[in-house]
Amino acid sequence: MSIACQIVVCGSIVPDPLQTLEPVSGATGVSLKNEMMLPSVLDPWAAHALFEAAHLAKKLPGSKVWLVSLAPKAKLQQVMMSVAQKVPFELVAVDGPASGFTDAAEVAAVLADAVKAIPGLDHSKLLVFGGWESASRGAGSTMQMIGERLGIVDQFQGVDELTVNGDGSMRILERVEGGKHQVSVCKGFPALLGWATGNLPEPVNNPQVGMVNMRAVMPALQKAKPAKTAGEGLKFASVSLPKQLRETKVVKDMTPDQIAAELVEWIAKD
Amino acid sequence: METILFLAHTEADGTLARAALETLTAARTAAAGLGDAELMVGLFGGKTQEGAAQTQGAGAKRILGVTGADFSQPRYASDAAAAEALCREAKASIVICPATSRMARVMSGVALRLGGKVDTHITGLKAEGGVLSVNRWYYRQRMEAVLQRTQRPWVLLLEGGCHEAWKGTGGTASVEAVALALPENCKRTVVEGLKAPANDQQTIRPDAGILLVAGAGWTKAQADGKAHVEDAEKIILDFLECAQASLGGSKSVVDLGGEGQAVLRFMTHLNQIGQTGSTPRHAKGLSTCCHGEEPHVVGWRFINERRAIDLDTNCGWAHGKADVLYVADAFEVMKKVNALLGAKA
Repeated sequence: MSIACQIVVCGSIVPDPLQTLEPVSGATGVSLKNEMMLPSVLDPWAAHALFEAAHLAKKLPGSKVWLVSLAPKAKLQQVMMSVAQKVPFELVAVDGPASGFTDAAEVAAVLADAVKAIPGLDHSKLLVFGGWESASRGAGSTMQMIGERLGIVDQFQGVDELTVNGDGSMRILERVEGGKHQVSVCKGFPALLGWATGNLPEPVNNPQVGMVNMRAVMPALQKAKPAKTAGEGLKFASVSLPKQLRETKVVKDMTPDQIAAELVEWIAKD
Repeated sequence: METILFLAHTEADGTLARAALETLTAARTAAAGLGDAELMVGLFGGKTQEGAAQTQGAGAKRILGVTGADFSQPRYASDAAAAEALCREAKASIVICPATSRMARVMSGVALRLGGKVDTHITGLKAEGGVLSVNRWYYRQRMEAVLQRTQRPWVLLLEGGCHEAWKGTGGTASVEAVALALPENCKRTVVEGLKAPANDQQTIRPDAGILLVAGAGWTKAQADGKAHVEDAEKIILDFLECAQASLGGSKSVVDLGGEGQAVLRFMTHLNQIGQTGSTPRHAKGLSTCCHGEEPHVVGWRFINERRAIDLDTNCGWAHGKADVLYVADAFEVMKKVNALLGAKA
């Protein structure tokens, strides 16, 4: 196959999912308590997008992958130490907040500008990837708005599968309601895909890939331009943890027959 | 004065789905709460007349429609064009839409085209003192925020199951056609259809009354020191069939395949609930063989009544999160549950 593409993956960092999170309000708005101290990971769905991008680039010789990320650069550097071991990519870093409380439209504007500034990017070969939602804001908005700003009207969200055909057309499976996929065929690049889980396992660490990536990651982080998000017009009236504690009744002394009978009665009850 | 546009796509037969009718109720509530707000209806799809009729009695000042074959299939380019045209025609300051996959795919892009703002996954909406506040969750349902915005237009996508569905008064409705010629570059994508598991393999049922959450414990060694994955598969599938339940899986059970371990063959990433999965809404939830603390438990945050079966008395999945924890062997209990449900059928 002689179809090469340029894949730009947009993805930021989020607190490690196993961390305890607590919102705090201050003069600068809402944030997470000790946010800068929390260990971070690449946003899970963005990570899937990155792995799918690398997989596709490998199948289409002459293709290249960029990772465009808006995050505090010190935190991003930590995350890159592990992500860079996985697949080949070139980092484009923008130094700014990775908080879930930032406005998706402002983040999209920053990221779209960063994509436009990539030297030698050819719109006719462009695929923009990202997670369909983040694990922070979880809005599913940013990617659509990046696509709009880049003039891409072939957009797909909740993507689990992409096949690039020999004629350059693409077959795409998007998640829809009821555990089904919508099957679409797009004539060709450019397109934007917000990935769900995809089908690939997480790649194993490859020190050689890591060494090559890190040579470019450090300069990219040093060159990262600062970006501010103002959250203009957005007011958080409150942010709180759910009152999630229930009075759990622990049943230890019932036989399986008794439990089954109780469950069946419970299931049948309106 | 706010102009509230209830905006939705119609189904293949021209009607509105339940999620859309729930959103119409919310839009009416917002309009009433904001005092002098005007309510309008905007519909797009292959056919719109049937859906418009369902909105009768809701108090809409105008019912607008973008109708035609070009708008029958869910496709970003055509759906965004239709939604944008309807919002502009209505001069809407607040646009309220159901968070179906079709609307969620386009409305953030549409908000940008309109020069407005968007908030998605809205679970609550309140209008008080002329101010509209909305609830949504952050960090994968781990904290809830109440938001207000001054920018207009403000596009809101409402989650299903949060409002009663609007029951129209019936009769015919007059749809004002909004003309829209779709440019050729908006037709580069063709929707071929849906890919669904065979009926007997369908394990995700959004309308089910009960969600069964299966954890990795189903695939682990049991009391005899051996794993009984085939037994587990049969027990789970039998329960789904007997109770017409939907199936959710913890991240650990879904990831087993990628790790080369024994798997429940019907369990895919589409079943995954929690941080990187879905947060389905069902009246009841029964978790079996699930382990882990917060944040794994967010997957059943929106389940009203929750029970769990686990051999671990201190199961973190259940303590403080389930109403009842049965300390028992899920294999034994669920076999008997299936037998009882089968006998009742």
